[in-house]
Amino acid sequence: MTLINFVEIGISVLLILLAFLAINSKTLIKSVMFLSSLSMLAVIGFVLLKAPDVAVTEAVIGSGLVTSLFVFTLLAVRKVGKKA
Amino acid sequence: MKNFLALLLTLFLGYMIMTSLAANDLFPDQGAADVTTRVSQKYIDRSVNGDVGEVIFGQATNLESGPANIVTAIVADYRSFDTLGEVTVLFVSSLGVALLLGGPKQKRLELNFHPNFMLRVGSRALFGIILMTGIYIAIHGHLTPGGGFPGGTMIASSMLLLYLADDEFRAKIKGFKMLESAAGSAYVLIGLAGLFLGSYFLENLLGNGILGDLLSAGMIPIIYVLIGLKVGSEISGVIDNFLTEEGV
Repeated sequence: MTLINFVEIGISVLLILLAFLAINSKTLIKSVMFLSSLSMLAVIGFVLLKAPDVAVTEAVIGSGLVTSLFVFTLLAVRKVGKKA
Repeated sequence: MKNFLALLLTLFLGYMIMTSLAANDLFPDQGAADVTTRVSQKYIDRSVNGDVGEVIFGQATNLESGPANIVTAIVADYRSFDTLGEVTVLFVSSLGVALLLGGPKQKRLELNFHPNFMLRVGSRALFGIILMTGIYIAIHGHLTPGGGFPGGTMIASSMLLLYLADDEFRAKIKGFKMLESAAGSAYVLIGLAGLFLGSYFLENLLGNGILGDLLSAGMIPIIYVLIGLKVGSEISGVIDNFLTEEGV
């Protein structure tokens, strides 16, 4: 077992933990943040698996576009809820 | 109790997957598979139509597929027709969003969030950097990891940054639509040119050049830049549809 194996195992455990937290969080904004950090860790995982192409795509879509769209959807939803 | 049952079920399913993969001929152990007989080795050696000899970075010329990045060689050269279908899928999805959310008179969605002066100016400074990174990735798609799809998405995320940091901002969405249709049509036209001037659809008509040069691989950089522009403008249009509503 080299150092990189331990890093891989640590990342895998953290991925499962973050996925669990993203599903089971009480507030939606926390779920979105956990999902974003999950994508960020998945990027490191892809780089360790020597798939830089997938890593670039995941970094842009997973932690960039999807997170910001989710956050602003949450903002919009909350405003409409207040009016009613 | 419910969570505990879910954990038990998950562990059981994981055990099932592990045992079914352990003694399976389709999934040999690491190092046990003979990679040289697989199809992927032919793509790496560029010897699908016949042996071309050793492939050396920076020296090899006249390969059957020019890009130094093997993923690009497969996505944009060997399997370019699949990529055309993929681009069509993205086009249809953006068309659906525009049909559902678009309209003649649009104005920005009123959010409970008003950016201050610093955020607006700072995002303008960051916008250029992100846009240039996206364009760089799209142009160097045949040499480095990335390519049209991630590059285009990066261009779209720079537009998203402008949208989010300024609640008055709206892009000139008509220009994006023109750019998208022009890039999509050019991709099909390149394919038809291959069909009529060469022998098959999407044939690479230009010379391949030296493996690893920026101006190499013939049509592939052109196609990937077109895909980047198309994806970027398409996703920018989707973002605009998401963040606008019908005005009065």
